[in-house]
Amino acid sequence: MALAVIQFPGSNRDSDMVEALAHVTGTKPHLVWHAETSLPAGIEAVVLPGGFSYGDYLRCGAIAARAPVMTEVAKRAQQGLPVIGVCNGFQILIEAGLLPGALMRNANLRFVCKTVDLEVQSNRSRFLEGFDVGTRWACPVAHGDGNYVCSADMLARLQDTDSIALTYASGSNPNGSVANIAGITNEAGNVLGMMPHPENISLPHQPTQVGARIFEGLLHAAA
Amino acid sequence: MTTLNPDVAITEDLIAAHGLTPDEYARFQRLIGNREPTFTELGIVSAMWNEHCSYKSSKKWLRTLPTEGERVIEGPGENAGVVDIGDGQAVVFKMESHNHPSYIEPYQGAATGVGGILRDVFTMGARPIAAMNALRFGAPEHPKTKHLVSGVVAGVGGYGNAFGVPTVGGEVEFHPRYNGNCLVNAFAAGIVQTDAIFRSEARGVGLPVVYLGAKTGRDGVGGATMASAEFDDTIEDKRPTVQVGDPFTEKCLLEACLELMATGAVIAIQDMGAAGLTCSAVEMGAKGNLGIRLDLDKVPVRETNMTAYEMMLSESQERMLMVLDPGKRAAAEAVFRKWNLDFATVGETTDTLRFEIWHLGEKVADLPIKELGDEAPEYDRPWVAPAPREPLEFSPPADSDIADALLTLLSAPNGASRRWVYEQYDTLVRGHTLATPGGDAGIVRVEESGKSLAFSVDVTPRYVEADPFEGGKHAVAECWRNLCAVGALPLAATDNLNFGNPERPEIMGGFVRAIEGVGEACRALDFPIVSGNVSLYNETDGSGILPTPAIAGVGLLNPGAHRVGAAFTEADNAVMILGGNTLWGTHLGQSMLLRDVFDLEDGQPPKIDLAAERRAGDAVRALIAKGLAKSVHDVSDGGIALAVAEMAMAGNLGATLSAATGDALAAWFGEDQARYIVEVAPTDRDAVESLATEHGISTEMIGTTGGDQLKLGNARAISLGDAKEAFERWFPTYMGEP
Repeated sequence: MALAVIQFPGSNRDSDMVEALAHVTGTKPHLVWHAETSLPAGIEAVVLPGGFSYGDYLRCGAIAARAPVMTEVAKRAQQGLPVIGVCNGFQILIEAGLLPGALMRNANLRFVCKTVDLEVQSNRSRFLEGFDVGTRWACPVAHGDGNYVCSADMLARLQDTDSIALTYASGSNPNGSVANIAGITNEAGNVLGMMPHPENISLPHQPTQVGARIFEGLLHAAA
Repeated sequence: MTTLNPDVAITEDLIAAHGLTPDEYARFQRLIGNREPTFTELGIVSAMWNEHCSYKSSKKWLRTLPTEGERVIEGPGENAGVVDIGDGQAVVFKMESHNHPSYIEPYQGAATGVGGILRDVFTMGARPIAAMNALRFGAPEHPKTKHLVSGVVAGVGGYGNAFGVPTVGGEVEFHPRYNGNCLVNAFAAGIVQTDAIFRSEARGVGLPVVYLGAKTGRDGVGGATMASAEFDDTIEDKRPTVQVGDPFTEKCLLEACLELMATGAVIAIQDMGAAGLTCSAVEMGAKGNLGIRLDLDKVPVRETNMTAYEMMLSESQERMLMVLDPGKRAAAEAVFRKWNLDFATVGETTDTLRFEIWHLGEKVADLPIKELGDEAPEYDRPWVAPAPREPLEFSPPADSDIADALLTLLSAPNGASRRWVYEQYDTLVRGHTLATPGGDAGIVRVEESGKSLAFSVDVTPRYVEADPFEGGKHAVAECWRNLCAVGALPLAATDNLNFGNPERPEIMGGFVRAIEGVGEACRALDFPIVSGNVSLYNETDGSGILPTPAIAGVGLLNPGAHRVGAAFTEADNAVMILGGNTLWGTHLGQSMLLRDVFDLEDGQPPKIDLAAERRAGDAVRALIAKGLAKSVHDVSDGGIALAVAEMAMAGNLGATLSAATGDALAAWFGEDQARYIVEVAPTDRDAVESLATEHGISTEMIGTTGGDQLKLGNARAISLGDAKEAFERWFPTYMGEP
């Protein structure tokens, strides 16, 4: 299966993502440098990994969203290609206008790295089709800017269109996100952005392998 | 030779302001043909000969440390130590202080401390895989402490998280003796192929000296000199000597350097750390028996009108100097451009053994390159061994309550959970962390080989203060013990020796005796010191810190090897104590109990029997390797009581322990050494006992896991909820959080 992991200067969970994807799909994904203007032929899904692209300068994800390769990523996303952004990848998807809302500084203004409980709110997207709605699973977060905010109208629209994919379970919200939002999809359901790190719970040596199920969804998405 | 332009008059005051004594200045003049140096030359020599760079007070004693071993590929002298882990791989590691800058500007001081140590590791061709830090602050109630904690922790995280290295361990401690000088010791480790280790020794004449990385600014000019002096009331004026860190540039520099090294273009490489361009260029030339000529007009700068003096002493971060193979220039340039880093050929290697610096068409320095390092002053400073402390005379009050004492320790500033701190560090990035902070040692898997490495950093300064020799031994023994406690074979260590003013004989005496203790323990435990750093002059207005020789160690776990954590795993298992000498505690001198419950810092620290330490550690590793241990925790601060409480809280599983033998307070809280608590399945008890006997150590079952309470002998039971509440409460409350 042909996957592309986009690498920006400052990406630092790119190697984690590459290993997790290679383990799940059996094929090493293509690493695509941010300065490229096209994706390799036959790409079946695009992954934006975590990190601090461009040092998080200006706003997290703002500069990366305007990197040359993102024009192509946006075009293909609008055509229905599965795209997943994790952590900084989620920030980039928002800055690129592929997902609504904004990710602000954590409510307590500090970086946070710990394991939280997530709850699946929608399994409409291919990424989460392997989970029943309401399933809870523990997943690490590691971010300074994961506090999801949007207008009341937008929140209602996210709810109405079943676009809230993942929430932090009650009492587990690490960053102050509105409605405990941990991950959302676009309305079409082919683009998922999430702050927690499924790639760090995918490999045999990691505490669980629940995260692999998200990437298994990609296999189906391509089928 | 061209006449050197005497742009600034070299007065006695100017010499003194550069930290040079009249004797040192005279020595320098002799090396340059008894002429007067230029201002730039004076700056260069002050940078090379200050305590921080020259180790002039400590060298004599550092040479006594054991630095060799079967697995040691590179000991002290390069950017970091290198130790073979088999299969063509090696671990590269070092620890370094950034104490003075962190006190002046905590966020940037700590951040650039992390940046500096990461650079030391990847300069050698290694990709960093783990970081740790040892932090020490003044009394919690001191008006500066909270600000320093907040800034230093954010700075450590801000740099390491963005760079992308997991922080897997560390120490945070409070004591009034750090009121005027906090300590920030940063450790980093990386993995390198043994046939691709890069060094700073330049080779070849007429080769380009290439500058790579961030532009040079005025930040940090004179930083190393600042770090070689005591603080006084002019400290605020020193803020401009602190550098500003940019982890994004460092991450790009890492990737660029590793890609560049893979092209074969790099002949020699040295990062620009303390005293920037000066130290890096001199190091490369002097090691390679070559001269270096630099043309400062080529140096990428971010400020205008910088003088040669400023450029040579700038400590701007994220910069590298390298000698490149001119035949591979195109490949090198492609890498620099890909990562969008500034680069420039700023000079060349020569056969003159001179360090020649040109600026605006004039030669501004012309110095003998080898002598700048080799002929640096070296002092055998007078020292007096500190007087031994009186043995402890302490009779605990008759109404001492074991349960209350334990809750007090758990909720005390130095006993409480460090969760508030380590949750600000990315402990998982790169995806190979097997054990996060909070246990005995952090563990990181080495990609591909399936091996893993364990890391721990330790020192108990109150022991060192009371008996520097035993305290030095203890720091090594405890680090070694923590590695054994997870099942790792301790390989080697790095030291970060933080002390006060070495010109005071009693401080120097503490330094000397502590090094002797460190050396003795390293020899006895086959735990060589392969890199390190000395930070002296940690004093403010004549009052020095507690002597703090921090030891960070690395241990190896082979693929598939059993490893354990410090959390109780299952109910109805036996809680056993294993010890090289005593089992139940007896020693309360300098204990945590005495300090936190009785407000006493009295007596002698526990004696370290290194043979017993070794027997106990070897036995514990054997137990773990055979799968006989479900969990293990070493017994250190707070004795058996605190060790068992930590295991119970971590595993969310209580335990009932039998009544202690002897004086109850000492039995539960005594800090006798060479001991471990081991959780064992009931069916394995006999096997554990015979294995202990084979290793010549004692063992005793002291209780059983289970329930949601902690019951220490006859003391009132403590619910795990209450224990955790006490343990988790202090730090967030102190930092003003709900």
